[in-house]
Amino acid sequence: MGEPSADGRFGEFGGTFVPETLVPACQELDRAFRSAWGDPAFRGELDRLLSGYAGRPSPLTECPNLSDELGVRILLKREDLNHTGSHKINNVLGQALLAQRMGKTSLVAETGAGQHGVATATAAALFGMDCIVYMGTVDIARQELNVFRMRLLGTEVRAAETGSRTLKDAVNEAMRHWVAVADTTHYCLGSVMGPHPYPWMVREFQRVVGEEAHRQCAEILDGGVPDVVTAAVGGGSNAAGIFAGFADTGARLVGVEPAGGAAVGRAVPGIVHGSRSYLMQDEWGQVLEAESISAGLDYPGVGPEHSHLAATGRATYEQVTDAEVIEAFSLLSRTEGIIPALECAHALAWVSRARSELAGLTVLLNLSGRGDKDVDQMMGILG
Amino acid sequence: MTAPGEAAPSGVTDHSWGPLESALRGRRRAGGKCFVPYLTGGLGDDWLETICAVAAAGADAIEVGVPFSDPVMDGTVIQQANDRALSQGATPQSILAALRGAAADIGVPTAVMTYVNIAHHMGYERFASSLADAGVSGCILPDLPLEEVGEWAEHADTAGVETVLLAAPTAPDKRLPRICARSRGFVYSVGLMGITGVREALAASATGTAARLKAVTDLPVLVGVGVGTPAQAAEVCEIADGAVVGSAVVTRMLEGAGPDGVAALVAEFRAALDEAHS
Repeated sequence: MGEPSADGRFGEFGGTFVPETLVPACQELDRAFRSAWGDPAFRGELDRLLSGYAGRPSPLTECPNLSDELGVRILLKREDLNHTGSHKINNVLGQALLAQRMGKTSLVAETGAGQHGVATATAAALFGMDCIVYMGTVDIARQELNVFRMRLLGTEVRAAETGSRTLKDAVNEAMRHWVAVADTTHYCLGSVMGPHPYPWMVREFQRVVGEEAHRQCAEILDGGVPDVVTAAVGGGSNAAGIFAGFADTGARLVGVEPAGGAAVGRAVPGIVHGSRSYLMQDEWGQVLEAESISAGLDYPGVGPEHSHLAATGRATYEQVTDAEVIEAFSLLSRTEGIIPALECAHALAWVSRARSELAGLTVLLNLSGRGDKDVDQMMGILG
Repeated sequence: MTAPGEAAPSGVTDHSWGPLESALRGRRRAGGKCFVPYLTGGLGDDWLETICAVAAAGADAIEVGVPFSDPVMDGTVIQQANDRALSQGATPQSILAALRGAAADIGVPTAVMTYVNIAHHMGYERFASSLADAGVSGCILPDLPLEEVGEWAEHADTAGVETVLLAAPTAPDKRLPRICARSRGFVYSVGLMGITGVREALAASATGTAARLKAVTDLPVLVGVGVGTPAQAAEVCEIADGAVVGSAVVTRMLEGAGPDGVAALVAEFRAALDEAHS
């Protein structure tokens, strides 16, 4: 998984489909990221933040009980143990450091489950930047704790009240906000989506997950790699991060989408939020509303590089139902004492369903976040 | 090609003019200022009659919005209009079919404004020919900037559809001639850093960007986004060749003013421009 083409494309996906007002901001960001990413001083500072503040490297955990139960050797990459409870902090620390380097004084972000919003609010507090996070009113209701966290961290949470009032609409509102203030504000996008350079930049900031996991797997697999690497896919940042460490190996890469938000599963290309990628839409090109138990995957699109990986066959994408996810959420809690976020429970739901096909294989699963935020919602479902 | 007697400051265009550009250049040549209202297609039962009424009230051309589910360049008024039109069953096909049937009654050129996914989903070639079949002269896709417009613009050129490009206050000077060279019909000078909607006062960038464009092109330069009152339209036209007004007009539609009520507002804009710049 290398650089996109000069016009910001992975194969036929990607691009910079933004209002003219934002083109200079995207070009400025591309230049700034290229310069920073090639600058050892920037890399060193980010590495220090990732280790000293976010708690990296995150461990790799063997799951003997779960492995026994499923007949599949399962290794978890423990992004749930990062500061703020998910992989989102990796990207946010990179972008906040970059924003500071670019002289921006404010951050704006969208959030679905609230994990990216909390991570952005955290970085804003750390860097002394102003921060506004847009969140759909449906998500505000189902993720109250994260809303409170963001406010506690000094961030202003604004409700996105249009459309489906979930992640898609929060992205719309964040882009509308950014159009007016791009000179002072950095849009801290949370996934491998949006206009170039975001899909590439966010994947690079998440690459640390895959590179660490590659080394950690080599240690316990006698220099080998797992047979399968799997991760949940909404926009697809945690999957892109872990795939990046294994794309040039023989490992099979499997992204797992919610059945109600299966952009890759439907495989119809479209253009929204700045890039061309697979997109759930109706017969006229109106974007459909995704439906998922997990607010973080409740998104009708997917990052362009995932569309490219799917189109070229390097990765495959499976779909799981909410019922399978609920079962996986309980399974990991019960067998290993790890309560997963509903997002990464999708990946486990697929492993559980495919266990006869995967029998005897080693599967690396990106446990992208912890489930504390979902406990309240699951209490209502599981009683 | 330029018309006889028309002074071109620089950046003389070399494409042939379609109906939209001809109409706007004609108004300018006659010493007047262009007024282009934006109306949301498929909004209410009488949107087509409203278009005919505003044409009769002095619009030089009309932008017809084809609603999209995720209009990131639009403020609350046009978002609301989009949502309502979509819930009333508006589709690109229904709007274009209606325009096709009414082209003679409208009597001035029309330009469709929508987002790129609508065109992409239908296929650029088919969308361009659908516009031409419906008698639509121009097309504005605000999320298709210069770097991405090539593939669409080729199909639009072939079908005879004028692709209007936007130029924003954030554009460096060297970018403006490139935008103007690829734009057809007019160049849409974005009035401010932000999304569509009525503001209390005109932003300084409204005339600033228009002046920078006027210095590099002889295309008509029309200012839109943040132009919401007849006085503001007259003010931008001290520099620009015309104004595009959306949210103020669509607000009237949403209030149920009907064809006469919306046309009355357009007549106010027409009068303000004629009075200030005759």
